[in-house]
Amino acid sequence: MTIFSDIGRYLLMIKGMFSKPENGRMYWKEFIHQCTEIGVGSLGIVAIISVFIGAVSTIQTAYQLVTPLIPRSTIAQIVRDTVILEFAPTLVCIVLAGVAGSRIASELGNMRVSEQIDALEIMGINTKTYLILPKIIAALLMIPLLVVIAMVLGILGGRIAGVSAGIISGNIYDKGLLEYFVPYNVFFALVKAYVFAFIISSVAAFYGYYVKGGALEIGRASTKAVVVSCIVILFADYILSALLLKQ
Amino acid sequence: MIEVKNIKKTFGDKTVIEDVSAVMKAGQCNLIIGASGSGKTVLMKCMVGLFEPDGGHVLYSGQDFTAMSNEEKTEIRKEIGMLFQGSALFDSLTVEQNIMFPLSMFTTWSHKKKLDRVNEVLARVNLVDTNKKYPAELSGGMKKRVGIARAIVLNPKYLFCDEPNSGLDPQTSLVIDRLIKEITLEYNITTVVNTHDMNSVMEIGNYILYMYKGNKEWEGNKKEIIFSKNQRLNDFIFASEFLQDAKDMRMLEEAGKISDDRNMDEMLDKDAPSLVPPDEE
Repeated sequence: MTIFSDIGRYLLMIKGMFSKPENGRMYWKEFIHQCTEIGVGSLGIVAIISVFIGAVSTIQTAYQLVTPLIPRSTIAQIVRDTVILEFAPTLVCIVLAGVAGSRIASELGNMRVSEQIDALEIMGINTKTYLILPKIIAALLMIPLLVVIAMVLGILGGRIAGVSAGIISGNIYDKGLLEYFVPYNVFFALVKAYVFAFIISSVAAFYGYYVKGGALEIGRASTKAVVVSCIVILFADYILSALLLKQ
Repeated sequence: MIEVKNIKKTFGDKTVIEDVSAVMKAGQCNLIIGASGSGKTVLMKCMVGLFEPDGGHVLYSGQDFTAMSNEEKTEIRKEIGMLFQGSALFDSLTVEQNIMFPLSMFTTWSHKKKLDRVNEVLARVNLVDTNKKYPAELSGGMKKRVGIARAIVLNPKYLFCDEPNSGLDPQTSLVIDRLIKEITLEYNITTVVNTHDMNSVMEIGNYILYMYKGNKEWEGNKKEIIFSKNQRLNDFIFASEFLQDAKDMRMLEEAGKISDDRNMDEMLDKDAPSLVPPDEE
Protein backbone atom coordinates (compact mmCIF):
# COMPACT_ATOMS: atom_id res chain seq x y z
CA MET A 1 0.00 0.00 0.00
CA THR A 2 2.85 2.37 0.82
CA ILE A 3 4.15 2.21 -2.73
CA PHE A 4 0.76 3.29 -4.16
CA SER A 5 0.43 6.07 -1.61
CA ASP A 6 3.99 7.22 -2.44
CA ILE A 7 3.24 7.20 -6.16
CA GLY A 8 0.06 9.19 -5.50
CA ARG A 9 1.90 11.76 -3.39
CA TYR A 10 4.66 11.96 -6.01
CA LEU A 11 2.12 12.70 -8.75
CA LEU A 12 0.39 15.29 -6.56
CA MET A 13 3.77 16.91 -5.91
CA ILE A 14 4.43 17.12 -9.66
CA LYS A 15 0.96 18.59 -10.21
CA GLY A 16 1.44 21.05 -7.34
CA MET A 17 4.63 22.43 -8.92
CA PHE A 18 2.79 24.09 -11.74
CA SER A 19 1.49 27.39 -10.41
CA LYS A 20 2.17 31.02 -11.25
CA PRO A 21 5.46 32.18 -9.71
CA GLU A 22 5.07 34.92 -7.09
CA ASN A 23 8.09 36.78 -8.46
CA GLY A 24 9.74 35.77 -11.74
CA ARG A 25 13.10 37.30 -10.86
CA MET A 26 13.42 35.33 -7.62
CA TYR A 27 12.55 32.11 -9.45
CA TRP A 28 15.12 32.90 -12.15
CA LYS A 29 17.78 33.45 -9.46
CA GLU A 30 16.89 30.12 -7.89
CA PHE A 31 17.03 28.41 -11.30
CA ILE A 32 20.48 29.81 -12.05
CA HIS A 33 21.65 28.77 -8.56
CA GLN A 34 20.42 25.22 -9.18
CA CYS A 35 22.06 25.11 -12.62
CA THR A 36 25.36 25.99 -10.94
CA GLU A 37 24.87 23.42 -8.19
CA ILE A 38 23.81 20.57 -10.47
CA GLY A 39 25.91 21.39 -13.53
CA VAL A 40 29.14 22.91 -12.31
CA GLY A 41 29.00 21.01 -9.03
CA SER A 42 28.95 17.64 -10.82
CA LEU A 43 31.27 18.47 -13.71
CA GLY A 44 34.46 17.25 -12.00
CA ILE A 45 33.23 13.78 -11.13
CA VAL A 46 31.54 13.37 -14.51
CA ALA A 47 34.78 14.28 -16.30
CA ILE A 48 36.87 11.85 -14.27
CA ILE A 49 34.42 8.95 -14.66
CA SER A 50 33.98 9.55 -18.39
CA VAL A 51 37.69 9.60 -19.20
CA PHE A 52 38.35 6.41 -17.26
CA ILE A 53 35.32 4.60 -18.65
CA GLY A 54 36.46 5.41 -22.21
CA ALA A 55 39.99 4.29 -21.39
CA VAL A 56 38.89 1.00 -19.84
CA SER A 57 36.50 0.35 -22.73
CA THR A 58 39.32 0.67 -25.26
CA ILE A 59 41.63 -1.66 -23.37
CA GLN A 60 38.93 -4.29 -22.74
CA THR A 61 37.66 -4.19 -26.33
CA ALA A 62 41.19 -4.66 -27.65
CA TYR A 63 41.70 -7.53 -25.22
CA GLN A 64 38.64 -9.30 -26.60
CA LEU A 65 39.40 -8.72 -30.29
CA VAL A 66 41.95 -11.46 -30.69
CA THR A 67 41.50 -12.18 -34.39
CA PRO A 68 43.61 -10.22 -36.90
CA LEU A 69 40.69 -10.42 -39.38
CA ILE A 70 38.89 -7.56 -37.60
CA PRO A 71 40.44 -4.17 -38.30
CA ARG A 72 41.77 -2.19 -35.29
CA SER A 73 39.48 0.70 -36.19
CA THR A 74 36.62 -1.46 -34.93
CA ILE A 75 37.87 -0.77 -31.41
CA ALA A 76 37.07 2.93 -31.88
CA GLN A 77 33.63 2.09 -33.28
CA ILE A 78 32.80 -0.14 -30.32
CA VAL A 79 34.08 2.39 -27.79
CA ARG A 80 32.14 5.20 -29.51
CA ASP A 81 28.87 3.33 -29.61
CA THR A 82 29.18 1.91 -26.09
CA VAL A 83 29.99 5.31 -24.64
CA ILE A 84 27.20 7.08 -26.56
CA LEU A 85 24.52 4.43 -26.12
CA GLU A 86 25.09 3.31 -22.56
CA PHE A 87 28.04 4.59 -20.57
CA ALA A 88 27.53 8.33 -20.98
CA PRO A 89 23.78 8.51 -20.40
CA THR A 90 23.18 5.62 -17.99
CA LEU A 91 26.34 5.33 -15.95
CA VAL A 92 26.80 9.09 -15.66
CA CYS A 93 23.16 9.50 -14.59
CA ILE A 94 23.56 6.80 -11.95
CA VAL A 95 26.56 8.71 -10.63
CA LEU A 96 24.53 11.93 -10.81
CA ALA A 97 21.73 10.27 -8.83
CA GLY A 98 24.32 9.93 -6.07
CA VAL A 99 25.90 13.37 -6.46
CA ALA A 100 23.03 15.70 -7.41
CA GLY A 101 20.14 13.54 -6.19
CA SER A 102 21.44 13.12 -2.68
CA ARG A 103 22.23 16.84 -2.53
CA ILE A 104 18.67 17.76 -3.57
CA ALA A 105 17.13 15.30 -1.09
CA SER A 106 19.30 16.41 1.82
CA GLU A 107 18.85 20.13 1.05
CA LEU A 108 15.05 19.83 0.98
CA GLY A 109 15.05 17.43 3.92
CA ASN A 110 17.06 19.86 6.00
CA MET A 111 14.73 22.68 5.01
CA ARG A 112 11.71 20.59 6.01
CA VAL A 113 13.13 19.48 9.36
CA SER A 114 14.31 22.97 10.31
CA GLU A 115 10.89 24.42 9.37
CA GLN A 116 12.33 26.54 6.54
CA ILE A 117 9.72 25.11 4.16
CA ASP A 118 6.98 26.01 6.67
CA ALA A 119 8.44 29.52 6.89
CA LEU A 120 8.17 29.87 3.09
CA GLU A 121 4.59 28.54 3.17
CA ILE A 122 3.65 31.08 5.83
CA MET A 123 5.04 33.85 3.64
CA GLY A 124 2.55 32.77 0.98
CA ILE A 125 5.04 31.09 -1.34
CA ASN A 126 4.13 27.87 -3.16
CA THR A 127 7.09 25.83 -1.93
CA LYS A 128 6.64 23.09 -4.51
CA THR A 129 6.91 25.66 -7.29
CA TYR A 130 9.73 27.65 -5.70
CA LEU A 131 11.86 24.80 -4.38
CA ILE A 132 11.22 21.85 -6.68
CA LEU A 133 10.42 23.23 -10.14
CA PRO A 134 13.73 25.16 -10.57
CA LYS A 135 15.64 22.04 -9.54
CA ILE A 136 13.86 19.87 -12.11
CA ILE A 137 14.23 22.43 -14.91
CA ALA A 138 17.90 22.95 -14.02
CA ALA A 139 18.43 19.17 -14.08
CA LEU A 140 16.67 18.91 -17.45
CA LEU A 141 19.04 21.53 -18.84
CA MET A 142 22.30 20.57 -17.15
CA ILE A 143 22.22 16.76 -17.09
CA PRO A 144 21.91 16.32 -20.89
CA LEU A 145 24.78 18.81 -21.21
CA LEU A 146 26.83 16.74 -18.77
CA VAL A 147 25.97 13.62 -20.78
CA VAL A 148 27.22 15.26 -23.99
CA ILE A 149 30.44 16.27 -22.20
CA ALA A 150 30.72 12.69 -20.91
CA MET A 151 30.38 11.32 -24.47
CA VAL A 152 33.20 13.55 -25.75
CA LEU A 153 35.47 12.88 -22.76
CA GLY A 154 34.76 9.13 -22.83
CA ILE A 155 35.74 8.85 -26.50
CA LEU A 156 38.77 11.07 -25.84
CA GLY A 157 39.76 8.90 -22.84
CA GLY A 158 39.56 5.84 -25.09
CA ARG A 159 41.87 7.45 -27.61
CA ILE A 160 44.40 8.47 -24.96
CA ALA A 161 44.43 4.96 -23.44
CA GLY A 162 44.58 3.27 -26.85
CA VAL A 163 47.44 5.39 -28.11
CA SER A 164 49.45 5.37 -24.87
CA ALA A 165 49.12 1.58 -24.48
CA GLY A 166 50.10 1.04 -28.12
CA ILE A 167 46.81 -0.70 -28.90
CA ILE A 168 45.78 1.60 -31.71
CA SER A 169 47.24 4.62 -33.43
CA GLY A 170 45.56 7.99 -33.18
CA ASN A 171 44.81 8.12 -36.93
CA ILE A 172 43.13 4.70 -37.01
CA TYR A 173 41.13 5.55 -33.89
CA ASP A 174 39.91 8.80 -35.48
CA LYS A 175 39.09 6.96 -38.72
CA GLY A 176 37.17 4.33 -36.77
CA LEU A 177 35.14 6.99 -35.01
CA LEU A 178 33.78 8.22 -38.33
CA GLU A 179 32.98 4.78 -39.73
CA TYR A 180 29.36 3.57 -39.54
CA PHE A 181 28.39 6.46 -37.31
CA VAL A 182 24.63 6.52 -36.62
CA PRO A 183 23.47 10.00 -35.53
CA TYR A 184 20.26 8.43 -34.18
CA ASN A 185 22.37 6.96 -31.34
CA VAL A 186 23.08 10.48 -30.07
CA PHE A 187 19.38 11.30 -30.22
CA PHE A 188 18.62 8.11 -28.27
CA ALA A 189 21.25 9.01 -25.66
CA LEU A 190 19.78 12.48 -25.25
CA VAL A 191 16.26 11.09 -24.86
CA LYS A 192 17.61 8.86 -22.09
CA ALA A 193 19.45 11.81 -20.53
CA TYR A 194 16.25 13.89 -20.35
CA VAL A 195 14.22 11.04 -18.88
CA PHE A 196 16.94 10.22 -16.33
CA ALA A 197 17.36 13.90 -15.43
CA PHE A 198 13.67 14.11 -14.60
CA ILE A 199 13.85 10.91 -12.54
CA ILE A 200 16.95 12.02 -10.61
CA SER A 201 15.62 15.46 -9.71
CA SER A 202 11.96 14.62 -9.06
CA VAL A 203 12.55 11.42 -7.04
CA ALA A 204 15.20 13.16 -4.90
CA ALA A 205 12.92 16.17 -4.42
CA PHE A 206 10.05 13.88 -3.41
CA TYR A 207 12.05 12.10 -0.71
CA GLY A 208 13.56 15.33 0.58
CA TYR A 209 10.37 17.39 0.53
CA TYR A 210 8.31 14.88 2.48
CA VAL A 211 10.93 13.91 5.05
CA LYS A 212 9.70 13.62 8.64
CA GLY A 213 11.82 13.54 11.76
CA GLY A 214 15.38 14.72 12.28
CA ALA A 215 18.94 14.42 11.03
CA LEU A 216 18.80 10.62 10.87
CA GLU A 217 15.73 10.72 8.65
CA ILE A 218 17.40 13.22 6.31
CA GLY A 219 20.22 10.72 5.80
CA ARG A 220 17.76 7.89 5.25
CA ALA A 221 15.72 9.97 2.79
CA SER A 222 18.88 10.86 0.90
CA THR A 223 19.96 7.21 0.67
CA LYS A 224 16.47 6.10 -0.33
CA ALA A 225 16.33 8.79 -3.02
CA VAL A 226 19.57 7.51 -4.55
CA VAL A 227 18.54 3.84 -4.39
CA VAL A 228 15.07 4.42 -5.84
CA SER A 229 16.45 6.75 -8.55
CA CYS A 230 19.01 4.12 -9.61
CA ILE A 231 16.38 1.39 -9.82
CA VAL A 232 13.97 3.60 -11.76
CA ILE A 233 16.78 4.73 -14.09
CA LEU A 234 17.72 1.12 -14.89
CA PHE A 235 14.08 0.20 -15.43
CA ALA A 236 13.54 3.24 -17.67
CA ASP A 237 16.76 2.38 -19.53
CA TYR A 238 15.36 -1.03 -20.38
CA ILE A 239 11.99 0.37 -21.47
CA LEU A 240 13.55 3.09 -23.62
CA SER A 241 15.95 0.64 -25.25
CA ALA A 242 13.10 -1.75 -26.01
CA LEU A 243 11.00 1.04 -27.46
CA LEU A 244 13.57 3.11 -29.34
CA LEU A 245 16.17 0.58 -30.49
CA LYS A 246 13.92 -1.71 -32.49
CA GLN A 247 15.62 -3.09 -35.61
CA MET B 1 -8.69 39.70 15.37
CA ILE B 2 -8.53 35.96 14.82
CA GLU B 3 -11.46 33.72 15.70
CA VAL B 4 -11.07 30.00 16.09
CA LYS B 5 -14.38 28.14 15.97
CA ASN B 6 -14.78 24.48 16.93
CA ILE B 7 -11.45 23.36 15.52
CA LYS B 8 -10.92 19.61 15.35
CA LYS B 9 -7.84 17.78 14.15
CA THR B 10 -6.97 14.11 14.07
CA PHE B 11 -3.92 12.22 12.84
CA GLY B 12 -4.96 8.71 11.88
CA ASP B 13 -7.10 7.48 14.76
CA LYS B 14 -5.53 9.89 17.26
CA THR B 15 -7.51 13.02 18.06
CA VAL B 16 -5.11 15.84 18.79
CA ILE B 17 -7.62 18.70 19.01
CA GLU B 18 -11.20 17.87 19.95
CA ASP B 19 -13.21 21.07 19.82
CA VAL B 20 -11.44 24.34 20.50
CA SER B 21 -12.86 27.82 20.11
CA ALA B 22 -11.16 31.08 21.03
CA VAL B 23 -10.88 34.72 20.08
CA MET B 24 -7.42 36.27 19.67
CA LYS B 25 -7.72 40.03 20.04
CA ALA B 26 -5.89 42.67 18.02
CA GLY B 27 -3.13 44.66 19.70
CA GLN B 28 -2.73 42.00 22.36
CA CYS B 29 -0.46 39.09 23.12
CA ASN B 30 -2.66 36.00 23.04
CA LEU B 31 -0.96 33.00 24.60
CA ILE B 32 -1.67 29.34 24.01
CA ILE B 33 -0.21 27.36 26.89
CA GLY B 34 -0.23 23.71 27.80
CA ALA B 35 1.96 20.73 28.47
CA SER B 36 3.88 19.00 25.68
CA GLY B 37 1.43 17.00 23.56
CA SER B 38 -1.59 19.09 24.59
CA GLY B 39 -2.16 20.19 20.99
CA LYS B 40 -1.04 23.81 21.15
CA THR B 41 1.40 23.59 18.23
CA VAL B 42 -1.18 21.71 16.12
CA LEU B 43 -3.75 24.40 16.95
CA MET B 44 -1.34 27.11 15.85
CA LYS B 45 -0.50 25.23 12.64
CA CYS B 46 -4.24 24.87 11.94
CA MET B 47 -4.60 28.61 12.44
CA VAL B 48 -1.88 29.50 9.94
CA GLY B 49 -2.94 26.82 7.46
CA LEU B 50 0.06 24.50 7.76
CA PHE B 51 -2.41 21.82 8.84
CA GLU B 52 -5.91 21.46 7.39
CA PRO B 53 -8.37 21.14 10.31
CA ASP B 54 -10.84 18.23 10.11
CA GLY B 55 -13.62 20.50 11.35
CA GLY B 56 -14.26 24.06 12.41
CA HIS B 57 -13.25 27.46 11.09
CA VAL B 58 -10.47 30.01 11.45
CA LEU B 59 -11.52 33.59 10.76
CA TYR B 60 -9.07 36.41 10.10
CA SER B 61 -10.88 39.73 10.66
CA GLY B 62 -14.15 37.93 9.89
CA GLN B 63 -12.91 36.19 6.72
CA ASP B 64 -13.15 32.40 6.83
CA PHE B 65 -9.56 31.26 6.17
CA THR B 66 -10.46 27.56 6.15
CA ALA B 67 -12.99 28.03 3.33
CA MET B 68 -10.64 30.05 1.12
CA SER B 69 -9.01 28.90 -2.13
CA ASN B 70 -5.22 28.58 -2.19
CA GLU B 71 -4.92 31.95 -3.96
CA GLU B 72 -7.05 33.67 -1.31
CA LYS B 73 -5.07 31.99 1.46
CA THR B 74 -1.87 33.29 -0.12
CA GLU B 75 -3.22 36.84 0.16
CA ILE B 76 -3.99 36.38 3.88
CA ARG B 77 -0.60 34.77 4.45
CA LYS B 78 1.09 37.91 3.20
CA GLU B 79 -0.37 39.56 6.31
CA ILE B 80 1.01 36.87 8.59
CA GLY B 81 4.46 36.82 10.17
CA MET B 82 5.69 33.81 12.06
CA LEU B 83 8.58 33.16 14.41
CA PHE B 84 9.41 29.47 14.50
CA GLN B 85 10.71 27.44 17.42
CA GLY B 86 14.09 26.93 15.74
CA SER B 87 13.92 30.37 14.05
CA ALA B 88 13.78 28.67 10.58
CA LEU B 89 16.30 31.06 9.06
CA PHE B 90 17.61 30.12 5.62
CA ASP B 91 21.07 28.66 6.27
CA SER B 92 22.58 29.68 2.96
CA LEU B 93 21.54 33.33 3.27
CA THR B 94 23.00 36.08 5.43
CA VAL B 95 20.94 37.89 8.05
CA GLU B 96 20.36 40.72 5.58
CA GLN B 97 19.31 38.34 2.79
CA ASN B 98 17.03 36.42 5.17
CA ILE B 99 15.15 39.55 6.15
CA MET B 100 15.17 40.93 2.62
CA PHE B 101 13.73 37.69 1.20
CA PRO B 102 10.01 38.49 1.74
CA LEU B 103 10.61 42.03 0.42
CA SER B 104 12.29 40.71 -2.74
CA MET B 105 9.52 38.16 -3.25
CA PHE B 106 6.51 40.40 -2.70
CA THR B 107 7.56 43.98 -3.46
CA THR B 108 9.01 45.81 -6.43
CA TRP B 109 11.08 48.10 -4.22
CA SER B 110 14.57 49.20 -5.21
CA HIS B 111 17.51 47.51 -3.49
CA LYS B 112 18.21 50.67 -1.48
CA LYS B 113 14.67 50.88 -0.21
CA LYS B 114 14.72 47.22 0.76
CA LEU B 115 18.05 47.64 2.51
CA ASP B 116 16.74 50.64 4.45
CA ARG B 117 13.75 48.59 5.61
CA VAL B 118 16.03 45.69 6.61
CA ASN B 119 18.22 48.04 8.65
CA GLU B 120 15.12 49.58 10.22
CA VAL B 121 13.75 46.26 11.47
CA LEU B 122 17.20 45.10 12.53
CA ALA B 123 17.53 48.23 14.62
CA ARG B 124 14.06 47.58 16.03
CA VAL B 125 15.13 44.16 17.31
CA ASN B 126 18.39 45.65 18.60
CA LEU B 127 20.63 43.90 16.10
CA VAL B 128 22.99 46.18 14.28
CA ASP B 129 26.15 45.20 12.39
CA THR B 130 24.94 41.65 11.86
CA ASN B 131 23.84 42.13 8.24
CA LYS B 132 26.56 40.04 6.71
CA LYS B 133 26.55 37.24 9.27
CA TYR B 134 25.18 33.79 8.51
CA PRO B 135 22.67 32.10 10.88
CA ALA B 136 25.35 29.62 11.97
CA GLU B 137 27.38 32.54 13.37
CA LEU B 138 24.54 33.78 15.61
CA SER B 139 23.55 32.85 19.16
CA GLY B 140 20.10 31.39 19.90
CA GLY B 141 18.72 34.74 21.08
CA MET B 142 20.10 36.56 18.05
CA LYS B 143 18.53 33.99 15.72
CA LYS B 144 15.16 34.55 17.39
CA ARG B 145 15.52 38.30 16.95
CA VAL B 146 16.40 37.87 13.27
CA GLY B 147 13.34 35.61 13.02
CA ILE B 148 11.20 38.38 14.53
CA ALA B 149 12.74 40.94 12.19
CA ARG B 150 11.94 38.74 9.18
CA ALA B 151 8.40 38.16 10.48
CA ILE B 152 7.65 41.88 10.81
CA VAL B 153 9.48 43.20 7.76
CA LEU B 154 6.28 43.27 5.66
CA ASN B 155 4.28 44.94 8.45
CA PRO B 156 2.03 41.97 9.18
CA LYS B 157 -1.38 42.23 10.82
CA TYR B 158 -0.91 38.90 12.57
CA LEU B 159 2.18 37.57 14.30
CA PHE B 160 2.55 33.95 15.39
CA CYS B 161 5.36 32.86 17.69
CA ASP B 162 5.92 29.16 18.27
CA GLU B 163 7.83 28.62 21.53
CA PRO B 164 9.83 31.84 21.21
CA ASN B 165 11.83 31.10 24.36
CA SER B 166 12.78 27.50 23.80
CA GLY B 167 16.48 26.95 24.35
CA LEU B 168 17.09 30.45 25.69
CA ASP B 169 18.36 31.53 29.10
CA PRO B 170 15.87 33.40 31.35
CA GLN B 171 17.37 36.83 30.67
CA THR B 172 17.36 36.42 26.89
CA SER B 173 13.83 34.99 27.13
CA LEU B 174 12.74 38.15 28.87
CA VAL B 175 14.31 40.28 26.13
CA ILE B 176 12.42 38.28 23.46
CA ASP B 177 9.15 38.46 25.45
CA ARG B 178 9.41 42.22 25.87
CA LEU B 179 10.29 42.64 22.21
CA ILE B 180 7.20 40.67 21.17
CA LYS B 181 5.05 42.74 23.52
CA GLU B 182 6.47 46.06 22.32
CA ILE B 183 6.07 45.13 18.66
CA THR B 184 2.49 43.98 19.27
CA LEU B 185 1.55 47.31 20.80
CA GLU B 186 3.60 49.43 18.41
CA TYR B 187 2.14 47.93 15.22
CA ASN B 188 -1.25 46.94 16.71
CA ILE B 189 -0.67 43.32 15.67
CA THR B 190 -2.78 40.34 16.69
CA THR B 191 -0.04 38.25 18.27
CA VAL B 192 -0.45 34.58 19.11
CA VAL B 193 2.30 33.02 21.21
CA ASN B 194 2.59 29.32 21.83
CA THR B 195 4.57 28.71 25.00
CA HIS B 196 5.03 26.75 28.17
CA ASP B 197 7.34 29.30 29.72
CA MET B 198 5.63 30.71 32.83
CA ASN B 199 7.73 33.87 32.76
CA SER B 200 6.20 34.64 29.36
CA VAL B 201 2.73 34.01 30.70
CA MET B 202 3.23 36.54 33.48
CA GLU B 203 5.18 38.99 31.33
CA ILE B 204 3.09 39.28 28.17
CA GLY B 205 -0.13 37.27 28.57
CA ASN B 206 -3.06 39.58 27.82
CA TYR B 207 -5.21 36.62 26.93
CA ILE B 208 -4.28 33.08 27.92
CA LEU B 209 -5.74 29.88 26.51
CA TYR B 210 -4.80 26.75 28.44
CA MET B 211 -4.95 23.53 26.44
CA TYR B 212 -5.26 20.14 28.08
CA LYS B 213 -5.28 16.93 26.04
CA GLY B 214 -6.63 18.64 22.93
CA ASN B 215 -9.33 20.66 24.69
CA LYS B 216 -9.65 24.22 25.89
CA GLU B 217 -9.35 23.77 29.64
CA TRP B 218 -9.26 27.40 30.74
CA GLU B 219 -9.07 30.93 29.36
CA GLY B 220 -8.48 34.26 31.00
CA ASN B 221 -5.78 36.86 31.62
CA LYS B 222 -2.60 36.79 33.68
CA LYS B 223 -4.30 38.28 36.74
CA GLU B 224 -7.08 35.73 36.67
CA ILE B 225 -4.58 32.91 36.41
CA ILE B 226 -3.38 33.65 39.97
CA PHE B 227 -6.86 33.17 41.41
CA SER B 228 -7.97 30.33 39.21
CA LYS B 229 -9.42 27.34 41.02
CA ASN B 230 -8.83 25.08 38.02
CA GLN B 231 -6.72 22.29 39.46
CA ARG B 232 -5.18 21.20 36.14
CA LEU B 233 -4.19 24.76 35.34
CA ASN B 234 -2.71 25.27 38.80
CA ASP B 235 -0.82 22.00 38.58
CA PHE B 236 0.62 23.09 35.27
CA ILE B 237 1.38 26.75 36.01
CA PHE B 238 2.49 26.46 39.59
CA ALA B 239 4.21 23.12 39.23
CA SER B 240 7.21 23.99 41.42
CA GLU B 241 7.06 24.66 45.15
CA PHE B 242 8.65 28.05 44.55
CA LEU B 243 5.90 29.15 42.17
CA GLN B 244 3.23 27.72 44.48
CA ASP B 245 4.64 29.86 47.33
CA ALA B 246 4.74 32.87 45.03
CA LYS B 247 1.10 32.32 44.14
CA ASP B 248 0.08 31.95 47.80
CA MET B 249 1.93 35.14 48.67
CA ARG B 250 0.31 37.03 45.80
CA MET B 251 -3.14 35.84 46.91
CA LEU B 252 -2.47 36.96 50.47
CA GLU B 253 -1.22 40.28 49.13
CA GLU B 254 -4.37 40.72 47.04
CA ALA B 255 -6.51 39.79 50.08
CA GLY B 256 -4.75 42.56 52.08
CA LYS B 257 -3.11 40.21 54.57
CA ILE B 258 0.35 41.31 53.48
CA SER B 259 1.07 44.97 52.87
CA ASP B 260 3.05 46.00 49.80
CA ASP B 261 5.84 47.42 51.99
CA ARG B 262 5.84 44.19 53.94
CA ASN B 263 8.39 43.47 56.58
CA MET B 264 10.39 40.56 55.25
CA ASP B 265 11.22 39.42 58.82
CA GLU B 266 7.53 38.79 59.46
CA MET B 267 7.29 36.55 56.47
CA LEU B 268 10.42 34.57 57.26
CA ASP B 269 10.28 31.66 59.68
CA LYS B 270 11.80 33.09 62.90
CA ASP B 271 12.74 29.62 64.15
CA ALA B 272 14.82 28.91 61.13
CA PRO B 273 18.60 28.88 61.67
CA SER B 274 20.39 32.10 60.83
CA LEU B 275 22.29 32.12 57.56
CA VAL B 276 24.72 34.75 58.82
CA PRO B 277 27.89 33.30 60.42
CA PRO B 278 27.98 33.86 64.26
CA ASP B 279 31.13 36.01 64.19
CA GLU B 280 29.43 38.49 61.89
CA GLU B 281 26.23 38.73 63.98
